[in-house]
Amino acid sequence: MIDEGLKSELQKQGVYVTSLQELYNWGRANSVWPLTFGLACCAIEMMAASMSRFDLARFGAEVFRPSPRQADLMIVAGTVTKKMAPLVVRLYNQMPEPKYVIAMGACAISGGPFKQGYNVLKGIDRYLPVDVAIPGCPPRPEALIHAIMTLQEKIRNQDLTGPNRPRHLNAEVDGEYPVPAYGEHDLEPPKNPEVWQPPIMTRK
Amino acid sequence: METLEQIKARIEAALPSAKIDIVANECPAGERSLLVDAANGFLIAKFLRDDAQLKLDYCSNVTGVDWPDKELTEKTRVKQVVDGVEKEVEEVNKTIRPGYLEVVYHLYSMALKHGPVVLRLRTENRADQTHLPSLTPLWRGAEFQEREVYDLYGVIFDGHPDLRRILMWDEFVGFPMRRDYIAPDDFEYEPTPHDEVLVEAKKHYPVEPKAEVKV
Repeated sequence: MIDEGLKSELQKQGVYVTSLQELYNWGRANSVWPLTFGLACCAIEMMAASMSRFDLARFGAEVFRPSPRQADLMIVAGTVTKKMAPLVVRLYNQMPEPKYVIAMGACAISGGPFKQGYNVLKGIDRYLPVDVAIPGCPPRPEALIHAIMTLQEKIRNQDLTGPNRPRHLNAEVDGEYPVPAYGEHDLEPPKNPEVWQPPIMTRK
Repeated sequence: METLEQIKARIEAALPSAKIDIVANECPAGERSLLVDAANGFLIAKFLRDDAQLKLDYCSNVTGVDWPDKELTEKTRVKQVVDGVEKEVEEVNKTIRPGYLEVVYHLYSMALKHGPVVLRLRTENRADQTHLPSLTPLWRGAEFQEREVYDLYGVIFDGHPDLRRILMWDEFVGFPMRRDYIAPDDFEYEPTPHDEVLVEAKKHYPVEPKAEVKV
């Protein structure tokens, strides 16, 4: 690794030094293509974020693709009902690597105000690996922009080698997650234990 | 528009076998409704739609209501002779009113600009006799709403062209909006439980080892 002081000194002289990893991640982070995909009112804020007033294009994430085959970011914007959850997982499976998930809003994180309903999934993290979660009901467009900047930070700092390398550089890991089936009262299984386990809480 | 009493009288004149009650309403709006028997329900609805003075051509809303079994207590004062002295004693009679499912239709007239006339139909019980006539052949707009009532309450509409679940998935068993529906137990992670959720979440709490008492 090059010394940061030397790097900045060289930059002042008009010489730009970088590593392949930084260059690779710089390109990846500034071209995130989200999936055109809304489930509830959070999607309205997502639309607002991509339009002129908030202008998601400033962060290189304005190319909303209507097909999962061309997208690499899934913004789960809204309430995930139990009827919709298998389709969300299937859409995620159809996206090519590298792919990321933003859980937008209280419902996508935990079920939100509908948590105790009979037909609402208590958080998409029970089936999918969520990279960034945005609280809010619904979150403001600025919050979504912040989430995308957080995701870019995450991508920029991802090592291209080692155990935490992105999945598309790891042949042993496939990015497919089991699609839950419709059961008599709930989804089968009700959660993917490999992705989500109930956190152990200390109670008084 | 005519009063409900006038409408009731005219329906009974046209359809002598119809059994109609006027259901009172104690809320400030006082919107009363017509309770009609299921057997004549379709013909009564057809009369309301086609009658020249009513022309109720628009069904704006279909609602399902679940009425579980209800215990009615009736207090009566009875004079009894106790130990040679006459006393007034309260007697409590308890009866159980069997439950039923109810479907409420709100009818308006676009042609004559009046309404609503509220129509209620009740099933025999909540278990096996949950059939009611479908009014979709009269008002096409009732199709999806009757499907929803079927999906969530289990009312079976005879004569409906396409009676399937609409909100829940096809494999779903049971009717989730009924008062006695038991939702799946998925309370394993409740960060801020309270009330009923706290009761459910406590079943998932780890059993704490009791502190040993030293003697």
